[in-house]
Amino acid sequence: MKKHEEESSAAKVKLGRTDIFIRTVGYVIISLYAIACVFPFLLIIGTSFSSEASIREIGVQLIPREFTLKAYQMVVASGGIWKSYGLTILITLTGTLVGLGCISMAGYALQRKDYPYRNAISFFIYFTSLFSAGLAPYYLTMTQTYHLKDSYFAVWLPLLMSPWLVILMKNFVKQIPHEITESGKIDGAGDMTIFVYLVLPMLKPALATVGLFLALGYWNEWYQSSLFLSTKVDVKPLQYTLYEVVNKMDALKNSVAGQYVSLADVPTEGIKMANAVLATGPIIFLYPFVQKYFIGGITVGAVKG
Amino acid sequence: MVDQKKTAGNLQRTKSRHSFWQTFWKYRVLTLMCLPAILFFFLFSYMPMPGIYVAFVKYNYRDGIFGSRFVGLQNFQFLWESGKLLTLTRNTILYNLAFILLGNFLAVFTAILLNELQSRWFKKVSQTMMFLPYFISQVLVGVLVYNLLNYDTGFVNQILGAMGKDLWQPYADSKVWPVILVLIYLWQQTGYNSVVYFASICGTDPAIIEASKVDGANAFQRIRYILLPSLKPTIIILLLFALGGIVKGNFGLFYNVIGTNSLLYDTTDIIETFVYRATMTDFNFSSASAVGLYQSVVGFVIVMTVNYVIKKIDPEYSLF
Repeated sequence: MKKHEEESSAAKVKLGRTDIFIRTVGYVIISLYAIACVFPFLLIIGTSFSSEASIREIGVQLIPREFTLKAYQMVVASGGIWKSYGLTILITLTGTLVGLGCISMAGYALQRKDYPYRNAISFFIYFTSLFSAGLAPYYLTMTQTYHLKDSYFAVWLPLLMSPWLVILMKNFVKQIPHEITESGKIDGAGDMTIFVYLVLPMLKPALATVGLFLALGYWNEWYQSSLFLSTKVDVKPLQYTLYEVVNKMDALKNSVAGQYVSLADVPTEGIKMANAVLATGPIIFLYPFVQKYFIGGITVGAVKG
Repeated sequence: MVDQKKTAGNLQRTKSRHSFWQTFWKYRVLTLMCLPAILFFFLFSYMPMPGIYVAFVKYNYRDGIFGSRFVGLQNFQFLWESGKLLTLTRNTILYNLAFILLGNFLAVFTAILLNELQSRWFKKVSQTMMFLPYFISQVLVGVLVYNLLNYDTGFVNQILGAMGKDLWQPYADSKVWPVILVLIYLWQQTGYNSVVYFASICGTDPAIIEASKVDGANAFQRIRYILLPSLKPTIIILLLFALGGIVKGNFGLFYNVIGTNSLLYDTTDIIETFVYRATMTDFNFSSASAVGLYQSVVGFVIVMTVNYVIKKIDPEYSLF
């Protein structure tokens, strides 16, 4: 019925030449951009299945000239990648859960109109996004005061929260009708009870959005690892493992240790690509299903404090 | 008389102290709920702040930050006189300007085009494809760019070779990187950035657009006189917000694409990459912190100014 209406209204207004022009331009440009967004990934996947000899001869390839699974076999056989996977999954799951708990509690308390300290605490949190100590003092505090050098906590802790995510959560909580909290209070429920039984169930979309931002942050983490995890640490988060394999020859050699006698025999380019595919794979499969929550995040108007 | 006043004052004080604890106790659960967040920002954002003092000393490891010799502004002076501070500031600001202006322009452009398309299926699939670059780690962005541009196996050189042209060696040529880095940024962010504008267009009253069609407005007129004006507030606010962060560089992008290729530093070194190297490679904490402090202070002043301007335009949108 609705479709029928749309069609009839479209028929009423004749499609002008400019409409056709803009639509054509739109389809062409959007198609080209969309293809450009995907193309480099196809190049990596294709090359990861190509033989080292053919990569050295003709370079990266979309469709492998000589199809081989050798790079993957080597990466998998060394076992290091599975340890990285395990570590990254552990860090991502625990970090997202704990972070989500802390952020949602703070987000709820800070938007309660009757809470007298909400402005002071909000400012305390928000100020950190306006002024920061900078990298060197941060690094010295983490390593010399907290002694977190070479500790996984140095990677896990700093990603738990961000001022932006607290504000985002606050804005989500604001959308919950005030009456719900009030009705809980009248029934004599404590703040924690109201939060857990009345507010949290209504926050599901917010939890999904903030949780996914946290999870993406943990999964893509390489920065804190590069600051705090030295060569003394064997197993590193996935993206930083990829960073090392791509940028440091030693790391690449170690990643396939024992399988080849000399470095000249190691299919270096193929291994880099196979690592890249393995480190990114889960994201590519998952993101189409969760992208709507990210859109929710940017359109909720998360900019305001 | 005096005594009376005194007692009254004391009473007042005890009363207010009493009510402070009363309030505190009444809201103890909410405070407890905020406690993890307070602790987090205290430990990881406020605790490093006294360490800014390292920018004013000649740091040595044995004596620590507060035991090292105080040298006043010498660290800043050196960075200023060597011209380093100026180069870094120039690079950071110019890149950000290009990112912000071109980024928003393309995002608006993409959103308007998407809105004109009719096929739901096409919109959905193309938007999903356009989101992909946003979800990947910056490390992978570095790999993707390397695959396209490296001299021996890169895709661009394959094409140039096939056309019989000279091969290109961008990793040894610093002049081309401003263009390449801006393109990478636009490639990665445009799909995601267009969402805000697209949502904003979808929020405009369809009756207005329908009416304009009945009145005989063509597609260009519709865009020029209805869509763009309706986007104007969003554009201005997002531009201003972005300008607030104009001295904050995109470290992940620059570090993963350029890395430690010092051939390219004169056009690609931004404040973040310099500070990172000074901290992690040279262990020159004093110099790193001096640049960092300079960046934080300038950034703070700019954000405050921008917020003041936004407040004048529309207090609804001001940050605080």
